[in-house]
Amino acid sequence: MVRGNLLAGSLVALMACSGALALDRPDLWPGLAKDIFASKAISKDADIATLEAPARAEDAAIVPMTINLAKPATQVRKATLVIDQNPAPMAASFTIGANSGLTQISTRVRVNDYTEVHLVSETTDGSLHMVERFVKAAGGCSAPSVKSLDEANANIGQMKFRTIAASDLGDARRREAQIMIRHPNNSGLQMDQVTRLYIPARYIDQVKVTQGDDLIFQMEGGISISEDPNFRFTFVPNGSKTITVEAHDTDGKVWRSQFPIEGAS
Amino acid sequence: MTTFQSSVRLMLRCIVIAFVIFIHDNAKARDANAAFVREIAPGVYAHQGAVALMNAENRGDIANIGFVVGEKCVAVIDAGGSLEVGRALLAALRQITDKPICFVVNTHVHPDHIFGDGAFVAPGVTFVGHKNLPRALAQRGAFYKKSFRPMIGALADEAVIVTPTLTVDGERTLDLGGRALTVRSWRTAHTDNDVSVFDTASGVIFTGDLVFLRHTPVVDGSLLGFLSVVGDLEKIPAKLAVPGHGPIGVDWPAALQAEKTYLETLTKDLRRLVKSGERVDRAAQEAAQSEKSKWSLFDDYNPRNATAGFAELEWE
Repeated sequence: MVRGNLLAGSLVALMACSGALALDRPDLWPGLAKDIFASKAISKDADIATLEAPARAEDAAIVPMTINLAKPATQVRKATLVIDQNPAPMAASFTIGANSGLTQISTRVRVNDYTEVHLVSETTDGSLHMVERFVKAAGGCSAPSVKSLDEANANIGQMKFRTIAASDLGDARRREAQIMIRHPNNSGLQMDQVTRLYIPARYIDQVKVTQGDDLIFQMEGGISISEDPNFRFTFVPNGSKTITVEAHDTDGKVWRSQFPIEGAS
Repeated sequence: MTTFQSSVRLMLRCIVIAFVIFIHDNAKARDANAAFVREIAPGVYAHQGAVALMNAENRGDIANIGFVVGEKCVAVIDAGGSLEVGRALLAALRQITDKPICFVVNTHVHPDHIFGDGAFVAPGVTFVGHKNLPRALAQRGAFYKKSFRPMIGALADEAVIVTPTLTVDGERTLDLGGRALTVRSWRTAHTDNDVSVFDTASGVIFTGDLVFLRHTPVVDGSLLGFLSVVGDLEKIPAKLAVPGHGPIGVDWPAALQAEKTYLETLTKDLRRLVKSGERVDRAAQEAAQSEKSKWSLFDDYNPRNATAGFAELEWE
């Protein structure tokens, strides 16, 4: 009886604790905003860009994020994705080419914990605009790490490009395309106390996508981008016959590939 | 009779009753301990975990675990999802045999199979796992202890991450004295560190999470790898299986069929969605919905499997 009560008591305490754990995370945003954006004023408005993020991460290692430039006419120079509670919060910063016609870009990120995700857009006038989403951590045995390190390393640098037959992109000339790069994008591991293992960090820190001399987008990223970095984006062909993708990783390795633009004039 | 005499008598009577209750409770506890496992073949014992997510009520007891008794010693196969579960398995084992435990095989890195390891750490006990298990534990062990705290509280804190000292790359035979267990490492499937344990004497195979029954299969490694491994598993001449989740002591290879159908359906649907240019988040909601009625925890795991599977199949 006493034991039963104790058990019930500890269960109640436990549940109270678990609720608190999910809610009582410190608000890291003020510090992050200051560090990443050099204390510049950031207005909270969804007029410039919006962010699509799932309410709950299904797989902690692959959480889709989609940035929509709400007013393509208002030129967005840079869109930065910050995952507050991740070990490396600055997930990716996209520089948008002035003549790209890019209105949407999606990628996949790792989400370690219950977290706010911030999208900060910088317009050509230099002002900063922010939207935020809350993402619940994936449950169960899901982990924000590489699923198969051996396979990822074996195919490192392989690239794939495809155009997607899209429906309405707001402009008959606009296309949708996807770039995939094989890379473990590994956060690495300091000497592990239990296993004595050490795994060096190795990840893609820059991807540049161009058509001819025109930039479509350039990404500076870190370990919050999922393994096999994946970018799906819209653009308006500028007449070039090919798209060039150049990826650079922290080991100084560069991979460069060219892909034909279907139906390029 | 004086008051004193009656008091003594009453006291004695209470002591006798207390003693009887004690004996009775002890016997009950012993039966309860032993009942924690079921002998599915001579010398092969398994415990069936709940088909559920790990939480405070089930104390992390959601995976199937067990042990095999040889002439010389005992091998434990998975230790359960908390130290408490590991201790319950150990208590059951000790009701059945006094032989020493020489091996603890961890079938893969997931918390519901390894958080109980600490109950078995002792001199003479060798922990066994896939060649990739030490790396997976290093990458995920600390994360799991933290990420499971909201679900199982202090049980996550007290879990001990034990790194195997005997790792398997291919096949390895564990000698229990007059009884040999074959531990086999697999290519990336459920995870990149799955092993199965086959007891030739009884024909029982402990599959770890390479086989799911009732509980929606979980793909945390490779969808195509998982399908390929299911094909290879079918060829193993086992009679009965202890899957990672769901009923234990089930017919082999019939136990593989439901999972195979699920993985094939998921693959087929995802290939179609990739081809049509669907976005990964939409695909995760659509794929394999025809399988939904057959499985528990479908909404917890299917969108996740579909997300990872989509990212994998995009490379085809």
